Amino acid sequence: MNATTAAPNRAGRNWRGLDSDTALIYGVLSLVALVSWGLILANGGQINVANTLVRSVALGMVAVGQTLVILGGSLDLSVAYQVSVTAVMASYVMQGNPDRMILGVVVVTTIGLAIGLANGLIITVLGVNPFIATLGMALVLRGVLNSSFDNFAGAVPEQFQVLGYGAIGPVPLAVLLFAAVVAIAWILLRATRFGHHLYAIGGSEETARLSGVRSGRVVIGAHMLCSLTCVMTGLFIVSRLRAGAPWVGPDGNYDLESIAAVVLGGTALIGGRGGVLGTVAGVLILALLDNLFNQLEVNTFLKDVLRGVIIITAVAVYALRTRRGRA
Amino acid sequence: MSAGSPSTAAGFEQELTRPWRERAWRQTRGAAPIFAILLSLLVWIAIRNPNFTDPPVFLAFLKRAAPLMILAAGQLFVIISGEFDLSVGALITAVVVAAAGLTEGDPGRTWWVIALLFGLGAVVGLLNGLITTRLRVPSFITTLGMLLVLQGAVLFWSGGAPRGSLPENFRIFGRFGFESVPVIEQLPYSVIILAFVGIVAILLLHRTTFGKQLFAAGGNRRAATLSGVDVPLVRTIGFVLSATSAVIAGILVGGFAGISQDAGAGYEFQAISAVVLGGAALGGGSGAMVAAMAGALSLEALFTLLNLLGLPKPSRDAVQGLIIIGAVAFAAYRLRRT
Repeated sequence: MNATTAAPNRAGRNWRGLDSDTALIYGVLSLVALVSWGLILANGGQINVANTLVRSVALGMVAVGQTLVILGGSLDLSVAYQVSVTAVMASYVMQGNPDRMILGVVVVTTIGLAIGLANGLIITVLGVNPFIATLGMALVLRGVLNSSFDNFAGAVPEQFQVLGYGAIGPVPLAVLLFAAVVAIAWILLRATRFGHHLYAIGGSEETARLSGVRSGRVVIGAHMLCSLTCVMTGLFIVSRLRAGAPWVGPDGNYDLESIAAVVLGGTALIGGRGGVLGTVAGVLILALLDNLFNQLEVNTFLKDVLRGVIIITAVAVYALRTRRGRA
Repeated sequence: MSAGSPSTAAGFEQELTRPWRERAWRQTRGAAPIFAILLSLLVWIAIRNPNFTDPPVFLAFLKRAAPLMILAAGQLFVIISGEFDLSVGALITAVVVAAAGLTEGDPGRTWWVIALLFGLGAVVGLLNGLITTRLRVPSFITTLGMLLVLQGAVLFWSGGAPRGSLPENFRIFGRFGFESVPVIEQLPYSVIILAFVGIVAILLLHRTTFGKQLFAAGGNRRAATLSGVDVPLVRTIGFVLSATSAVIAGILVGGFAGISQDAGAGYEFQAISAVVLGGAALGGGSGAMVAAMAGALSLEALFTLLNLLGLPKPSRDAVQGLIIIGAVAFAAYRLRRT
């Protein structure tokens, strides 16, 4: 796997800065969109793009964060419980009082950053494998959450629900926020030293370190950014539900789904190759399929089977392409 | 963790010619902390509950631990070869639900259903292995997809609520044992199965060519290939062994826990944690069978102890998480010092 290069672009840019991998994924996305909308229309259903987008926001934010840690050769399996922690603490701190909104946001952001810092430190300083470190963190968060709260805690004030339901013109506010997160992550990866170091570390941690990259700091930074995206998803969810409960994160299955979206988007699980634009396509593909299955009233359980098959197939196709590209 | 991971072709050749006893010792030595952890957990339990040292009580504990220990043994083969198997929990559920649905409580069907379940396990393992090695899909994704497929298929087939029941001669493995044995009163069948699986797994990993090739495949894929190891084949066999261990664990779980659509939930992460607690490195190349099974037994002892200490379920989760991180951090620390 050492054939990965440190630069973001392995394949050449062919069209307005999109590399060929990303172009392929957006081709797949367009195809999925056309086929699924065609099927929905043929069955007399309704297409609601805004709705599909809003439904993608929650998973999308987490998946952007997950992309950063995966690019750096790490992983975060604690994202689902981080989302829960944010949702619960936000409504618990705000208690329906508009004056406490800022306090609530500050508190959950601090907690989120602390969790990300802890994940990063455990992985880089203590040398614990990221899989085990974040799995352990997930257990710890689950334990703390479930022993402190057993139901919906407090509420967010009505003004706060603008985040989940508001719109500027025809565009939902949450979608704009998501677009901003994607843009920031994209710039971070493309145009900053942090981004380039992250790719370098994911390609080969040792080479990066020997080249003078302070790999520990970069990985810790990626974990803190990932936790920030979990905070944003948590705030978005709580603004829609009015109150947070310990199960909102795990019920959304954000840990495994976000990894699936990242990989579906063409980012290599071993790190060093991929990007956030692919992840966005991955998230949208999952949302479109979900929408299609719902409209066609596919059995809930059969949906899981189809999703599993689609994810494996997609990754197998990418793997095949990568091998051809190297041959 | 131990020095048993050959990182060069020459190192690998040297490793192959080492006597197996020495090799097994070198592979187990790095995992020494887990035996200390296990012993202190067991002593602590015995202090809280003096009955624990009575042979029947201890055997009942082993009976409860048997599925996870067997699962950890299977998972270790996959981890050493440098892969993951996240599908084992879903496979356990599939085994329990399919067994109940197919036997419908009829003892006459037990044997062919068990044969069928082993067939299912072999197919799942083979698919995991082939997709991972031939299509080059990372095993994390392969087995995650398999998890989704199995979970969905089971629920789809059972309509969300498992039907049927398990005949008595199916449940016997997880539930009963030889009665009226002197001193220990009852010798549970599951403990006998555990011992059998354990011995076979130890021999397979530490005494056969396949075992050596598995370490080589996980330690340095290129060196292994150059030394003539068929890495894809070896890895695929690892997946089949892991799936087979899940079928055995599923049969035991069905016996003592009954039919439920989340019979196997969480087992995949527990098995991986157990293996890592036993000193195996994620990424492959090192690990020891006895230590991995001791890791599983330690987890089970930890659950028992936290229960005895009267901690509610949520706090048990948190403590379990801290201990797993702590143990792995300690192992990493030791490794850096040597």
